[in-house]
Amino acid sequence: MVRLLQIEFIKLWNNRASKILILSYFVLLTSIALVAAIKFDIGPVKFHLADQGIFNFPYIWHFNTFITAIFKLFLAIVIVSMMANEYSNKTIKQNLIDGLSKKEFILSKFLTVVSFSLVSTLFVFVVSLLLGLIYSDYNEISIIFSDLEFLLAFFVKLVGFFSFCLFLGIFVKRSAFALGFLILWSILEQVVFGLLGWKVISWDAAKIVKDFFPLQSMTNLIKEPFTRLSAVQNIGEQIGEKMNFDYHVYWYEFLIVSFWTALFVYLSYALLKKRDL
Amino acid sequence: MSTILTVNHLTKNFGYLTAVKDLSFTIEKGNVYGILGPNGSGKSTTLGIILNVVNRTSGEFSWFDGNTSTHEALKKVGAIIERPNFYPYMTAIQNLKLVCKIKEVSEGKIQEKLELVGLWERRNSKFKTYSLGMKQRLAIASALLNDPEILILDEPTNGLETQGILHIREIIKILAKKVITILLASHLLDEVEKVCSHVVILRKGEKLYSGPVDQMLASYGFFELRTEDMQKLKSLLQKHLSFGNIKQENGTLIAYLTEEMNAETLNRFLFDEGMVLSHLVKRRESLEEQFLTLTKNN
Repeated sequence: MVRLLQIEFIKLWNNRASKILILSYFVLLTSIALVAAIKFDIGPVKFHLADQGIFNFPYIWHFNTFITAIFKLFLAIVIVSMMANEYSNKTIKQNLIDGLSKKEFILSKFLTVVSFSLVSTLFVFVVSLLLGLIYSDYNEISIIFSDLEFLLAFFVKLVGFFSFCLFLGIFVKRSAFALGFLILWSILEQVVFGLLGWKVISWDAAKIVKDFFPLQSMTNLIKEPFTRLSAVQNIGEQIGEKMNFDYHVYWYEFLIVSFWTALFVYLSYALLKKRDL
Repeated sequence: MSTILTVNHLTKNFGYLTAVKDLSFTIEKGNVYGILGPNGSGKSTTLGIILNVVNRTSGEFSWFDGNTSTHEALKKVGAIIERPNFYPYMTAIQNLKLVCKIKEVSEGKIQEKLELVGLWERRNSKFKTYSLGMKQRLAIASALLNDPEILILDEPTNGLETQGILHIREIIKILAKKVITILLASHLLDEVEKVCSHVVILRKGEKLYSGPVDQMLASYGFFELRTEDMQKLKSLLQKHLSFGNIKQENGTLIAYLTEEMNAETLNRFLFDEGMVLSHLVKRRESLEEQFLTLTKNN
């Protein structure tokens, strides 16, 4: 396992573009701390974002995992191209001839994806913990370490998303087209949902079906955290809108994403096995 | 002698096209083998199959004793196919370190192999800055990293200029002297003739011949003869049991032997019959002529 990771590390770390993207990704992850510095001071209106409770435990786990998940696109580029480049450089052929099995090849890529997700999760955990310890109004241990399922959801979401990228890289073989395909796919999920709700079945049923789509199921793992903010809740009450959303992470959501992850990895392997290089 | 590779009734179809058809051969340790055939005869496909990058349609092949999986066996094989494939953004050293990781061998041999192919000076240059000849030599260094039991070369001099071709051939000769088993695929006859002891000849995916190079055709050679009375000479030879095909070309009679006979015997025989020759040469077909006869007749 270590050998497979080392192999992938050599390939990635010696590529300047990948190195820059990976580094920027982790810098961005850390930069979430900068949000704390957002302050408006316009005469009587004093607004300090850190004072709005976004860094309160356990809400911070939800907020930070949601925001940082947006940066995953950086790594998506790295992952798609690390796969597609093996085809365009034909190095995949050389790797196999040198004695890497097809299973090991896919495994080395998947392990890289898991490591990226693991390190990201660890990063978000540490950054959030520090931010929380500085700004949170509640500092009891039991509160700090509640709602940690958001971190697990973050990890599963990243592994799922990156596995999808991996599969697209193998399937399309060209990084630019694979990324285009990714965007196309996200639009496609919405279009299918629209068509289903409009013509085929009821909107409620369409929503249930949509929750099973790969990208939507990953989105569902961490729902938007903004309507949980007290400030937003207050505004809502003033305009007479009762906001009662469900923010929890459910086990079946894990199950759906895990299913897609397994499927994408298996399909990548099946595709590689079937193809003549 | 131990067997390194056994190929049994291997077939590969690409759609309607049969690239390799019912091919069987074995490779024994210590010999230098050539796979010879015109472009598109299935050489690269055959190599692709035994190297785990092309899926076979039917048939079997096994490496060594037949108990190791293909990818484990490939760690004891060194192979170069068509174009050298490396990571363009990595230096020679970095690329070779990666190969060591894949083959699970120590990095200690990198310097020795780079020196062998004359690239040690350029070890820290990126692969993309290399010329084709240098790329091909790096590929050879990479294939040798594990001190392979067999070296597989697919058209190693293809696309190189004379200087590069000579350089590669020199390296191959050095290796052949070290009693490494080599499998060399080429469409160039003289390349195979110069290096190989055994040859497999392919045409449109079918095996035409496999065996030692010098027994490629069960040929006993032929005589080129000239004399005053060509008609009499011809009828004499036609009656003789040792000759098969006889033809006349530019005033020279060419008589193919069907059994071993040396020039002296023929000369004495003709002299006894009252014929004096003005020209007598015994020749064997060159590999090229044999190859052409083989591929034409079928």
